[in-house]
Amino acid sequence: MTSLKEFMDRPDRLAPGHRMCAGCGATIAARNVLKAVKPEDHVVVTNATGCMEVSTFMYPYTAWQDSYIHNAFENASATTSGVEAAYKLMKKKGKLKEDENFKFITFGGDGGTYDIGFQSLSGAMERNCDYTYVCYDNGAYMNTGIQRSSATPMYADTTTTPVGSKSNGKPQNRKDLTNILVEHDIPYAAQTTFFKNFSDLYKKSEKAIYTKGASFLNIMTPCPRGWRYNTPEIMDICELAVETCYWPMYEVENGVFRLTYEPKKKLPVEEFLVKQGRFKHLFKPENEHLIEEFQMEVDRRWENLLKRCR
Amino acid sequence: MAKRERLSGNEAVAIALKQINPDVFPAFPITPSTEIPQYFASFVANGLVDTEFIPVESEHSSMSAAIGASAAGARALTATSSAGLAYMWEPLYLAASNRLPLVLAVVNRALSGPININCDHSDSMGARDSGFIQLYAENNQEAYDNMVQAFRISEHKDVQLPVMICQDGFITSHAVENITLLEDKEVKDFVGEYEPENYLLNPACPTAVGPYSVTDYYMEAKRAQAEAMKNAKDVILEVAKEFGDLSGRNYGFFESYHLEDAEYAVVMIGSAAGTTKDTIDQLRKQGVKAGLLKLRVFRPFPAEEIAEALKNVKAVAIMDRADSFSNQGGPLGAEVMSAMYRKHLQAEAINIVYGLGGRDVTVEDMGEVFAELARIAKTGEAGDTYRFMGVRG
Repeated sequence: MTSLKEFMDRPDRLAPGHRMCAGCGATIAARNVLKAVKPEDHVVVTNATGCMEVSTFMYPYTAWQDSYIHNAFENASATTSGVEAAYKLMKKKGKLKEDENFKFITFGGDGGTYDIGFQSLSGAMERNCDYTYVCYDNGAYMNTGIQRSSATPMYADTTTTPVGSKSNGKPQNRKDLTNILVEHDIPYAAQTTFFKNFSDLYKKSEKAIYTKGASFLNIMTPCPRGWRYNTPEIMDICELAVETCYWPMYEVENGVFRLTYEPKKKLPVEEFLVKQGRFKHLFKPENEHLIEEFQMEVDRRWENLLKRCR
Repeated sequence: MAKRERLSGNEAVAIALKQINPDVFPAFPITPSTEIPQYFASFVANGLVDTEFIPVESEHSSMSAAIGASAAGARALTATSSAGLAYMWEPLYLAASNRLPLVLAVVNRALSGPININCDHSDSMGARDSGFIQLYAENNQEAYDNMVQAFRISEHKDVQLPVMICQDGFITSHAVENITLLEDKEVKDFVGEYEPENYLLNPACPTAVGPYSVTDYYMEAKRAQAEAMKNAKDVILEVAKEFGDLSGRNYGFFESYHLEDAEYAVVMIGSAAGTTKDTIDQLRKQGVKAGLLKLRVFRPFPAEEIAEALKNVKAVAIMDRADSFSNQGGPLGAEVMSAMYRKHLQAEAINIVYGLGGRDVTVEDMGEVFAELARIAKTGEAGDTYRFMGVRG
């Protein structure tokens, strides 16, 4: 098991100087997931179209120290399938030496993962392609300007579910993608976010990357622009998501569920919601019942998860 | 030593692929191209090839995976038809603009709707501006020969563009014909080892593919792509020459059949050219100077060469197995007429849309086309230049 210090001492594989927003959660996710790769191993990063792609590889500059391919919005997993097949072939033909090992890591936002990229993702997972898919879930199409996705939480104010005199934001619940991926019967699936000293994220990333076959990592990555919170408070936001059980920390290894963190005292979800401008309307006195509904949904999902973990 | 065989067009392409032994083959089934990956999967299952075969969940993914494999440094290909080609329309452009060598074996089929599984060229003609090189075949032998030549053209350092090899659905893909195959070793030596310059799986030098390019660079990238397509003309001929020396079968941009002294000419693509040759044989016996220009290479478009070949004809019928709904005719008609105009040719030209959704083309049909050309040449009046052939009622 790699120690926290070892993870942290590893050089960054995503270099500074890219054009992501200050405090962007997606960048923190990519940089730290890549710390789980052993220094002697090579990586091919595949990236779905989105904030991360347009901001890290703007011709003629790239922030990626490893090989990198962006193909389109909806086909990151299929693209990785092709790269991984090429790798297997080159290994088989002896074109790569025994100690020349590549890991395949795909990054996509929730739009490119839950929605438009879902078919390609599901296909690659079912084929048990030897790769790790990392979804940086910021709960909306942030690159195009904060439109709702199927990962957007209920009642969030987005530019395609705007709050108005007849609207309280997004009417539907969010898709539980991690569970859907678990049902693909893949060797490893997990949820994490930026929590305490990041050891949860490092450990899950290492497991995902070094598990043979398909792995899925869903990382909640707050977006200061889309969520409208005070940018320096990202760690507080993440902690509240976990402590309210809005974003449970768990992993599923070969079908076995395990909670990796259980709050000692589950906090009310409004503590997570109140810090974000996208939920501001919920705190009008006449909307109290909406927070209650939100809480009921969080509770329902949490109880279901607990049942599967015990 | 050449081997004589009897094969369908799909089998012929699959056998060429077995001889080429490509690195990665992602595929999704669609009629009538399904047999190509199906035959190939049996080669994989029986250890006859080293290829990594990926049975993906859609055509969008088959082209996307081929792109990933090619970028990674592998020799990759896929196959499709009709709606499958339409579904992979977006990644077609990505393969071409990222300058990734790969091959797409197309078995031409009508696009919906109404849904129809039979031959026309609306699928590949719809992809004519994608940046793919396009080679078309009249019969099984040509489908095989084009497949053997495709990777050499695609991977050439002056080209680095994907290649689409096309054959007619069912008419060519499923009909069994006599065919002459090269020896496995001849194909292996002709195609050679793929040595990519920059690729993702190079441990000594990481690379990045598919950038976001702002206005400062986009147009230069496109201009370079256009230059590669220009270069492809010479490379296609060089590869054909070498292939001719090996096989005794000679290819160029097009085949001229009794065109040298022809007064009336037909320009067309694909299997109907065989029927037209029969018509021409009959007419020639009657002293009618009929000829055919059968186009093999549609992208890059050999405009000057076509115009040169048509310079002495009195009337020409350009036959399109696809309509472009421009109210002017099909894509081949528009491009051949444009080529003739630039050479200041005076011949009358009409554009005939034919054979859609597998509508049969007979020797008699083509006889009527030549009779119409003779009438037009005599009167000097082309009449309606946008016509349909073989429509009932």
